[in-house]
Amino acid sequence: MADSKRYPAPATNPETAPFWEAAKAGKFMIKRCTACGEAHYFPRSICPFCFSDKTVWEESSGEATVYTYSLMRKSPTGPYAIAYVTLKEGPSLQTNIVDCDLEKIKIGQKVKLVWKPTDGAPLPFFTAA
Amino acid sequence: MTIKGKAYIAGIYEHPTRHAPDKSTAQLHAEVAKGAIEDAGLTKADIDGYFCAGDAPGGAWPMVDYLGLKVRHVDSTETGGCSYLIHLGHAAEAIAAGKCSIALVTLAGKPRTGPMPPRAAGAEADFEAAYGATTHNAYGMCAMRHMHDYGTTSEQLAWIKVAASHHAQYNPHAMLKEVVTVEDVINSPMISDPLHRMDCCVVTDGGGAMIVTTPEIAKSLKKPLVRLIGHGEAMKGPRGGKDLDLTYSAGVWSGPRAFEEAGVTPKDIKYASIYDSFTITVLMQLEDLGFCKKGEGGKFVADGNLISGVGKLPFNTDGGGLCSNHPVNRGGMTKILEAVRQLRGEAHPKVQVQNCDLAIAHGTGGLLGVRHAASTCILERV
Repeated sequence: MADSKRYPAPATNPETAPFWEAAKAGKFMIKRCTACGEAHYFPRSICPFCFSDKTVWEESSGEATVYTYSLMRKSPTGPYAIAYVTLKEGPSLQTNIVDCDLEKIKIGQKVKLVWKPTDGAPLPFFTAA
Repeated sequence: MTIKGKAYIAGIYEHPTRHAPDKSTAQLHAEVAKGAIEDAGLTKADIDGYFCAGDAPGGAWPMVDYLGLKVRHVDSTETGGCSYLIHLGHAAEAIAAGKCSIALVTLAGKPRTGPMPPRAAGAEADFEAAYGATTHNAYGMCAMRHMHDYGTTSEQLAWIKVAASHHAQYNPHAMLKEVVTVEDVINSPMISDPLHRMDCCVVTDGGGAMIVTTPEIAKSLKKPLVRLIGHGEAMKGPRGGKDLDLTYSAGVWSGPRAFEEAGVTPKDIKYASIYDSFTITVLMQLEDLGFCKKGEGGKFVADGNLISGVGKLPFNTDGGGLCSNHPVNRGGMTKILEAVRQLRGEAHPKVQVQNCDLAIAHGTGGLLGVRHAASTCILERV
């Protein structure tokens, strides 16, 4: 199962360190631009839409729906499901669907955030809600 | 300013090998360069521009030195498999601006012999690398959503492979020469849902090269005249996750730019080289280029519509990446080469399109479902 899989620790950098510090505390953060109001992910210091530097951190609910997915049938660590999920707050992000029956994943299905440990900060994944 | 008619493809060469454990990658670049230079009827000393991408060992300056070139213009734009389509456009720009007069573009490598070096990571690495995006599942996610939104079926996708296999049977160098059926494709093992093994292209060693030159020089040589009359390039990614839509590619931008510059429409095209890393790649690009409406690609490709002599839009008559060759996991060069063969009248007689005077070569590079580039070239026989 995916639980036995080892994930790489994020390298982090000055721009994204607050995301990973929050992750260690179990908080999933996205960025929102106070100039244009748009949320984005992964986090940037300058808004990718209006290019304002007035971006702020915002905690996401971790609630999302599956936009699309693909079940990779074979890999050195076994089958896994890559997906894009769309957060309740708006942005879509790439992830894996884990800890549920991967054969039953459906587009539009509700999923929720789960953290998986690494040697550094944990990584965000999603599972059936 | 336009590049329309400013540059001609005077020489082409596709390496016949599909497995080259006995050769170096630089050597394969040299062999395809030699082939293209000889096809044009030129010599190495004539080359004054060199174009290569990430497959060239060490990049442009080690390759220029290894090949023994003396150039006044170089371009090592790297956009994965469509790099060479972009190089063709950039070579035309350089030639039109007088920066060079005879440009060499090479592609070569050996992914079948050994593993390829990993892609350089972008700013997204910490937020994506752990999720295991590969070509198979990144294109699988596009196909899954396309099926969801438009009702596209595995049977429709399979027709793309069937058409490629009908063409590959006539290519003595094709890796897979056997004609397959829709049933063969959908009964082949599932690799990454909804893509089966036969929805995937081949992995081959090898390469290809072309010579791009001025109208005057091309006309002084002996080959049939083929020129670039329109070019477009574009990029697409998740862009912060806003309005994610994996059912279209950057071809929606590169295609119209190329058609507008050329002054032609998809209806005018006699032959299409369309990058076929996977069956879904072809289907989405045909829609994005305007050969049919968005969502109607499944219906468009079905029932042999892409088979030369059978359907309305003959495509990849060399067998494409799905059956013949996908050197270095980069299909852009071979797309140009078969388009030039068609325009010259040098394709296999069984697949040669009659009176083929206008062709498109189009491709994407990178991962269609993650970040990718697209480039469109419209080519004309003069």
